[in-house]
Amino acid sequence: MTASLLAGAAAGIAAAVQAGTATAVALVAESFRRGREVNAGRDGLNAFVSSDEDLSRALAASAPCGGPLAGVPVAIKDNIATTYLTTSCGSKMLQGYVSPFEATAARKLREAGAVLIGKTTMDEFGMGSSTEHCAFGSAKNPIDPTRVPGGSSGGSAVAVAAGICPIALGSETGGSVRQPAAFCGIVGVKPTYGRVSRFGLVAFASSLDHVGVFGRTVDDAALALEVIAGPDTAHDATSAVRESPALRHVARDLEAMIIGLPREYFPASLSAEMRDRCDRAIAALRARGAEIRHVSLPNTALAIPAYYIIAPAECAANLARFDGVRYGVRIDGDGLVGMYEATRSGGFGAEVTRRILLGTYVLSAGYYDAYYRKAMQVRERIRQDFAAVFASGVHALFTPTTPTPAFRFGERSDPYAMYLSDIFTVTANLAELPAMSLPIGRVTGLPVGGQVIAPKFAEADMFRVAYALEAELGQAAHR
Amino acid sequence: MAVSRDDVRHVAALARIGVAEAQLDALVTELSGILAHMEVLVQVDTTAGAADEPAGMPLAADEPGSVPLARAREDGAPKMRDGFFLVPRLATHDDGERSA
Repeated sequence: MTASLLAGAAAGIAAAVQAGTATAVALVAESFRRGREVNAGRDGLNAFVSSDEDLSRALAASAPCGGPLAGVPVAIKDNIATTYLTTSCGSKMLQGYVSPFEATAARKLREAGAVLIGKTTMDEFGMGSSTEHCAFGSAKNPIDPTRVPGGSSGGSAVAVAAGICPIALGSETGGSVRQPAAFCGIVGVKPTYGRVSRFGLVAFASSLDHVGVFGRTVDDAALALEVIAGPDTAHDATSAVRESPALRHVARDLEAMIIGLPREYFPASLSAEMRDRCDRAIAALRARGAEIRHVSLPNTALAIPAYYIIAPAECAANLARFDGVRYGVRIDGDGLVGMYEATRSGGFGAEVTRRILLGTYVLSAGYYDAYYRKAMQVRERIRQDFAAVFASGVHALFTPTTPTPAFRFGERSDPYAMYLSDIFTVTANLAELPAMSLPIGRVTGLPVGGQVIAPKFAEADMFRVAYALEAELGQAAHR
Repeated sequence: MAVSRDDVRHVAALARIGVAEAQLDALVTELSGILAHMEVLVQVDTTAGAADEPAGMPLAADEPGSVPLARAREDGAPKMRDGFFLVPRLATHDDGERSA
């Protein structure tokens, strides 16, 4: 009974625990049993970098039974601070590090009754699109373990897709929730910048970072986002006036809604199969009453170059704090500067090192105007593109989440080829808009996602589109 | 814009990251390759219709408070003593002692 409950909706689990027909402790035990099952053997999925069944059972025994997530096992990305288990960011730099404080999003989940079952595999400090850059081994795609689960929040996506838990937290800087959600056939949500507190999220690029949620269904994701959203006195960059949105009771039809299809997201290079799955989803949106309108976001092609200037620049500043003094590992060197250099070269992996150097370069004297300043101006143009489309009466946009399904391990060894995985997702981070991915079918047997983007703080409209699309597609979303 | 070995040495020193000589050529190739894709930005005319600053969103008052800690800071730091973070001696400290 517990196994079938765990395979169902998060709201159903909470209702059973609230009614006393299931216990959080039994659910945690089932979650760990499922975790061992999918982690066994050569194709083990490696979703977690740290977990402790005894600890989780103890947390379950004392979890509040009346909350909206009562007894729901949850996984949390390894860069979101928890006072139990590690917060190592997938990096040797913070190997074994346990935070002395708790992230607001993690606290809200705990107070709602959810039980932490593990910290998940991720690309080091969130830099990557495959989890291949995790210092503790990659996670694998549950649908095809020879392929990546996406990243950087790949372990969280795997935990949900493999049935270990119905809800997980991830983080996004350029698509790190939506892209792995698409690759693993689940729902992934990036809220509006400022909707969810980033207190306790280890910073990568502060103007682009978000805490996001994964769910097996749109409703699971809505429930999780309702719990973690809202003002936070501990974090000044979280909106002080936007209370948590009501997402689970939005209309399920799309009457009087106008959904835009930006032509730049449907390039000629998109495969016929991917285009077909998108066409099927667009037909589903029409069937639910939406008016479909073709629109243009003319600066889309500039998003990846702008993003890969701005994000490394902010990363170079944020990761300066990892110096062997205040956190994590220390590697002795010749004097203080020698210790800094030895610690940082030994603690950071290749991709993080590359981005810190790139960020330092574009911020350095003589290159600031040519790169960073220009990228910030382009970012504003991208914001204005979206603002113009939404001002024209369009309520939401629909696009593919990624150009392709999950790729094989080692297939994208060229850094820029890897960066292009984010081509349809980085724009929402640059423009601070809410965006989510949900399954729309399979291509060559692998899941692909459709993306819904809405105006700032219009998560309710975004979820209305997602609920309707999920309902209309039904099982076709997984074929 | 291609970067040189000296550029990589320079930014590595600025970023306090030790880079071995054997790594330089690979980093030159990788960084130059990535930056070549960024050149498209240089061609964008951003002079006309200069962007207004975005209005932003209402934020909480900037009133810092202490973060509640579950454990002491010492637990997360490599070395501490008497409430201070311990670091290796700077060469300048040694010079100061010698001249004193």
